[in-house]
Amino acid sequence: MSMRTLPLVFINLGGEMLYILDQRLQAQNTSEDNSEKGMWSENDRKRVMNDIVGTMFSKSFMDELLKPQQLYSHRTMKTVLTRLAHTSIMRLNPASMDRLYELMVMAFKYQVFLCPRPKDLLLISYNHIDTIREFVKDTPAVLNQVEETHRKIIEVYSSLSEGEFQLLRQTLLIFFQDLHVRVSLFLKNKVQNPNGRFALGTSGPVPYKTDVPGLIRAFDRKGREVRRHEFPTGGSYSSPLRVGSFDLHGDRVIRLGLNIYSMNHLEETHTSKAPTVKQTDNTPNLLAKEELNLLARLMGSMKAEHTPNTETVFRINLFTTDAEEEEAGASGGTEESLFGVINIQAMQDEQAATELARIAGQFMEQDEPVENPSSSKGDDLLAMMDDLS
Amino acid sequence: MYHKEKSIQIKNSASALYNNLGVLRIAPRRLTYFTVVHANVVNMVSASWDGLNYSHRQLQSKEPNVATSTSLIMQAAFCVLPSRDLLVVTSQKGIQMYESDGSIMVYWHALDTPETPTAQAVFARGISAVWENYICVGVSSGAILVFDVPSKGSNITLSEVVEEHKEPITDIASECSGSQECIADMVSADDGGNLCVWKSGEEFQLLNKIPGFDMSCSSVKLWKGTVAAGYGTGQIRLYEAVTGILHVEINAHARWIYSLDIAPFSGLLLSAAEDSLVRVWHLTLTPETNTVEVAHLHNECVTDTQICGAKFCDGDGYAFAVTGYDLSEIIRYTQT
Repeated sequence: MSMRTLPLVFINLGGEMLYILDQRLQAQNTSEDNSEKGMWSENDRKRVMNDIVGTMFSKSFMDELLKPQQLYSHRTMKTVLTRLAHTSIMRLNPASMDRLYELMVMAFKYQVFLCPRPKDLLLISYNHIDTIREFVKDTPAVLNQVEETHRKIIEVYSSLSEGEFQLLRQTLLIFFQDLHVRVSLFLKNKVQNPNGRFALGTSGPVPYKTDVPGLIRAFDRKGREVRRHEFPTGGSYSSPLRVGSFDLHGDRVIRLGLNIYSMNHLEETHTSKAPTVKQTDNTPNLLAKEELNLLARLMGSMKAEHTPNTETVFRINLFTTDAEEEEAGASGGTEESLFGVINIQAMQDEQAATELARIAGQFMEQDEPVENPSSSKGDDLLAMMDDLS
Repeated sequence: MYHKEKSIQIKNSASALYNNLGVLRIAPRRLTYFTVVHANVVNMVSASWDGLNYSHRQLQSKEPNVATSTSLIMQAAFCVLPSRDLLVVTSQKGIQMYESDGSIMVYWHALDTPETPTAQAVFARGISAVWENYICVGVSSGAILVFDVPSKGSNITLSEVVEEHKEPITDIASECSGSQECIADMVSADDGGNLCVWKSGEEFQLLNKIPGFDMSCSSVKLWKGTVAAGYGTGQIRLYEAVTGILHVEINAHARWIYSLDIAPFSGLLLSAAEDSLVRVWHLTLTPETNTVEVAHLHNECVTDTQICGAKFCDGDGYAFAVTGYDLSEIIRYTQT
């Protein structure tokens, strides 16, 4: 399938992650009880955004993403996104990260599913980039990185055909297959049904370059139209909207990919799994060598600008109370700690082993005391190294 | 005109791939095989006509070695030849051919995959039995591999590689009317919407090339010398195969068409798209005037589902089956 999915996956999933974090960090400020949470000042929030955006849009990370390669498993994506999130002063425990990932993925799945025509995937990505620009507009260095990346994306993707975009979209849809986590905001807005599936209407504007259905035209051998008649479509479609802009700046027209959370400042966004749908994870416990190599390269390419050894880190909960979070943690969020699932018995390659050891070393240097030592990332990676030898 | 029957549950949901439903009717045993692709697995169901017995089987895509990650399957289709029926499965790594019940793999052809991945994806897609002994499979480079299939056994050989298309092949179809008079017996389509019309033989002969309009043609059928092509714009176009003359243009769907099928005995045409609609049409060919007429007969809406496969279950079009992205069932409809 498509070898060009990764940059768009990270821009969009990363974008959704930033939207959610931005909303949650603001919500923390307005919560009544500030004693346990710690106050998030405007500056703290900006710092978190700058740190994450800075790493995500760094040249080294983007260059790795832009190499032609397959889209691997959710485990790999979640691992890298967690590392991205933790390049800031913020710390998410595994349960929070699980919920955050679910929200991000369902939002992106919704956007890809409803994307009017495959090329509009770019407009959705540009909506994310536009909003990310807003988050970091006061920090010229980071803003510049975002602009550079945007230019790169335009350069790489503008020439792709509709067929190639559809292949990209199909690859993404396979990645999202069978995920039906219900998101309260989507349920409320009726874009998602109680069974977790997204609503697909049979009305509204058709995509650009598509004709409104309903017409049959017959031609003679010289190409002249000789007859036309209509048929009932079972829907009520209208002409396409104007085309969105594919440039660095411009009106994207499409609303998919915009920050839906900014319109719901104080509202909690809960997720719950649809009860009837069984989510079977068919990916084997062993990551194939190719996937491990990608993981090693991506982790290695993330250069954290700050090493907040001496500063306090801020814990963030995605749930209202610690009790709820513990409940969620107990019910399955922390069944497998984020790094424990990476079983590297499959790995025979010494080079990959040394690479991972180097990354583990990086974690150790930059790691600061986390309140739950048993799930400290550094320890888990070291434990895995021990298993190897 | 049609009403919904009891669906067949499958082990996994269908992936969003073109033409993602294979149907093989086995009259002597009063059963029908269905195949639906899910990522790297083909779900096969054998359904008895009395509706009492269903048996399931899963086929995995073949991996060249353990170190590589799983290879995604692009398409699975039944190929009906006079002497035997085969199930052909195409993936990112190659082409697998099985006995029609999926029990034994009789042939494997590996695609040339580069050492380091290139930006151009490599895969095989587009499957059709042609004439008496050929199975044609399309490749992402635009080439079509022609395999020569003996009446039994596994001595299948690559007879020819035809290179006419420049873009990835999306679908291939052969003349399904059973008529001996047709000059053209195969049509191939690609991601640019270009169609090639062929005459099979020891060396396949290109009879005509119908240019696209920069919009992918995802599904194509050939019946009584008429090409029916479904496009990403939601349009269906009917062409006279050998001359390329456009007979009819239908603004059929509001989204990308994923599947077309023709019931050869009745001239019914089935179209299905991402807009959640399946439509049934009737084609009338008048040989004296060389004209084709299309009448719309019926719509079915599969709520909130982007349809990825739709096929008639018999040559008259008495029944048809549908698959949709993320749906773990094969929905069936029969004429009232």
